Amino acid sequence: MAKSKPVEQLERVVIRFAGDSGDGMQLTGDRFTSETAVFGNDLATLPDFPAEIRAPAGSLPGVSGFQVHFADHDILTPGDQPSMLVAMNPAALKVNLPDLVKGGTIVVNTDAFNERNLQKAGYESNPLEDGSLEPYHVHAVALSAMTVEALKDVEGITPREAERSKNFFALGLMSWLYNRPVEGTLYFIEKRFAKRPEIVEANTKAFKAGWNYGETSEDFSVSYEIAPARIAPGTYRQIAGNTALAYGLVAASRLAGLPLFLGAYPITPASSVLEDLAQFKHFGVRTFQAEDEIAAAGAALGAAFGGALGVTASAGPGIVLKSETVGLAVALELPLVIVDVQRAGPSTGMPTKPEQADLLMVLFGRNSESPVPVVAPATPADCFGAAIEAARLAVTYRTPVFLLSDAYLANGSEPWRIPDLESLPQFPVEFATSLNDGDSFLPYKRDPETLARPWAIPGTPGLEHRIGGLEKENETGNVSYDPENHDLMVQLRAAKVAGIAADIPELDVDDPGGADTLVLGWGSTYGAIVAAARRIRSSGRKVATAHLRYLNPFPSNTGDVLRSYDKVLVPEMNLGQLRMLLRSQYLVDAVGYNKVRGRPFRAAELVEAMTALVDS
Amino acid sequence: MSGGNGNPLQLTAKDFKSDQEVRWCPGCGDYAILNVIQGFMPELGIERERIVFVSGIGCAARFPYYMDTYGMHSIHGRAPAIATGLAVTRPDLSVWVVTGDGDALSIGGNHLIHVLRRNVNLKILLFNNRIYGLTKGQYSPTSELGKVTKSTPMGSLDHPFNPLSVAIGAEASFVARAIDTDKKGLTEVLEAAARHRGSAFVEILQNCNIYNDGAFDYVRESKDNRIYLRRGERIRFGPDGEKGVIQHTDGSAQVVRVADVGEQALLVHDPAHREPSLAFALSRLQFETDGALPLGVFRAVERPVYDDLMSEQLERSTQQRGEGDLELLLRSGDTWTIGSA
Repeated sequence: MAKSKPVEQLERVVIRFAGDSGDGMQLTGDRFTSETAVFGNDLATLPDFPAEIRAPAGSLPGVSGFQVHFADHDILTPGDQPSMLVAMNPAALKVNLPDLVKGGTIVVNTDAFNERNLQKAGYESNPLEDGSLEPYHVHAVALSAMTVEALKDVEGITPREAERSKNFFALGLMSWLYNRPVEGTLYFIEKRFAKRPEIVEANTKAFKAGWNYGETSEDFSVSYEIAPARIAPGTYRQIAGNTALAYGLVAASRLAGLPLFLGAYPITPASSVLEDLAQFKHFGVRTFQAEDEIAAAGAALGAAFGGALGVTASAGPGIVLKSETVGLAVALELPLVIVDVQRAGPSTGMPTKPEQADLLMVLFGRNSESPVPVVAPATPADCFGAAIEAARLAVTYRTPVFLLSDAYLANGSEPWRIPDLESLPQFPVEFATSLNDGDSFLPYKRDPETLARPWAIPGTPGLEHRIGGLEKENETGNVSYDPENHDLMVQLRAAKVAGIAADIPELDVDDPGGADTLVLGWGSTYGAIVAAARRIRSSGRKVATAHLRYLNPFPSNTGDVLRSYDKVLVPEMNLGQLRMLLRSQYLVDAVGYNKVRGRPFRAAELVEAMTALVDS
Repeated sequence: MSGGNGNPLQLTAKDFKSDQEVRWCPGCGDYAILNVIQGFMPELGIERERIVFVSGIGCAARFPYYMDTYGMHSIHGRAPAIATGLAVTRPDLSVWVVTGDGDALSIGGNHLIHVLRRNVNLKILLFNNRIYGLTKGQYSPTSELGKVTKSTPMGSLDHPFNPLSVAIGAEASFVARAIDTDKKGLTEVLEAAARHRGSAFVEILQNCNIYNDGAFDYVRESKDNRIYLRRGERIRFGPDGEKGVIQHTDGSAQVVRVADVGEQALLVHDPAHREPSLAFALSRLQFETDGALPLGVFRAVERPVYDDLMSEQLERSTQQRGEGDLELLLRSGDTWTIGSA
């Protein structure tokens, strides 16, 4: 599709697509992202959708949004504020307008701005007519009408179906406006709707009509180009956190040489881990949708007893139910990976929104002394490596391991340089096959280096043994109520987990020099922290950053790093959970930046917080 | 019967005794059950290392410690779930769940009904003593209404579960009942359970001589009140078979005098009946209301087994898509290549 209008260069753009949950905004955003990725921009995305599958049409709670940030340089966040808002109805405009940068651009579907929809959105007058959008650049487009008109010759679709193609009209228009390559989307439409050729035709026509509208309408005088970013050579794909996590688990199963078993119960925002892994039966992956969260964890532990890589995945409200099973895994000293895709709470909270407030729960939310390692990915793509790492620690140390993701990482996506398989860590498991103490087998005789006990799976002749949740005698594993033995076992279990510090990388600090302030984060705040640090460095201020991927144990140099800075800022989407740990463990006067809104930090607010501390 | 090496297995009950001291109360019915199971295990013809006992919490749950097989003493009520994960990933194993009335029907009730409906290949032995023993004598979900215990000084208020009715209601493919001290009856039931592919649910009436002594004396002590169910035979019992069971048109079963109804009116037991209604009707016969209690196999039908179905899906998927290729997986979807500058 050739173009004739002038083209302006931009460095970066943040677009938010917003509409009713039934308007297909997630799909539209996803396709735009793929086009953008293929074009070679760096990018990050943030889907934002309601927990309700279909809230009442046109209502404020029913608004679903998808934000994509893309640039000609490497970027770290989905963008603080959109510069372009595509609003499919008044509710979408109302909900999203406060986020738009002043002077930003709005594309609205004028056909949806009828009295009824305006009323549902709580508008007393039509914002398209009352001058309230004066500070913005508004493109009023009859998206629905033009889509229906473009599809009038398509046979076999109802008028309602024709109207539903309007998201592809909008996508076509945006693809024109930002000079995106369109072949991928056309191919996608053919594949996705292959079973209904008339829908393929409708969506293709709507998409092209949107593109052509940009090209011919006088409303759009220029289009924009964002040059490809300079990105490390390699083959890339777009990946969302939960997909990366699922792939990481499959990879881990290969690297450990163990079949993967996932026990799960559907829960937002973790369900797609189950759904993704259910696709991989040809990798020997067994997925078990259990009757409840408890059974999901129990089955995974049972599978681990039998020699599988046992995994259970959930979100906070499900993890609490698994606590007892995790405690059993601590006592049994069997590998188990527990994925917690954190969401806003307490209780049901805001199921689709991210939060980092499960840290203390996974560390301490069990009875007694029950140490469990914790690994937390920093970006959507990092979920791949973090899943492998969680599995490596679990099988190497025969321990349950928490993998702490969150709703932002789960649904957010970014380009991922596909790793060489050879670059991944191999950790083949060796099951116990022979007696380890003369003519007897001691199930709790430990490896002197890792303190891991032998993993002797049923089916191994001569190593028959019993394990259980009752306290065990050191080495023999027999039930023991001996006070000294209990103390020893508590210490051994703690020492085993603490010893992992010697097997993980040291905390890496990014300090261009001379900083007296360290910003230390964990999990999904990585992008916002680094982006904010770049900005305040460009203002001449000095700040160091570091990011903890391991929350238990902490990397061995954590204390040294903390003590080498006068001021430590810990931004978290909770009320200061990591900060509390750091203060108690290292006696440092760390201060927090804590907001619990169910949405990722904006770099701008962290700039403010960092500036205030640096300048203090 | 042969071992993995092709040689006949020469195991005895002694081979299944672990070196751990058995610590149930003297006189507990669990001893009898342990003896029967240890005696029965060699008949399985399965190597010890391929047998696993999984239990939850309670007196019965100590069982795995005393078996020289693989075993796991897990957490309260969760044994069916844990055993499910083990059984579906290791179809080569013979997995047995040992549970009690509180473990299986209170805290673990959900897991029990779901494992039964899925028909996971597990043998589930429920030791029913109608009391909480390990916590020292509170009423259980199978205790009779009005049971006076430490936690119910004025009598319990909740109507009890009938374990077999629950299992049959969950459409268990194998349901049976036996008595702890009835070595022959228990062994027969265990043999049938072991032969059954899928979930086999066995209620074992077990006397707790400390907190609920004599709960089952009406059948433990009196053989006349035992109704042994035998496939294809008319259901008769009592001295000289003077009593029998008939089924009414509304589906319910009733104990009658054979002389009153004639032999031809007696119900013929068919544990393989397609519908669970017959087994359910038999499970409703209680000593309190009918003066006798049925024992043996109530229901044994063939139904697709969850583990097999899962394995079949894996095989089919591998046939259709080829063995999973990690490289291809990571590169699935839209990819693009950035060349070196």
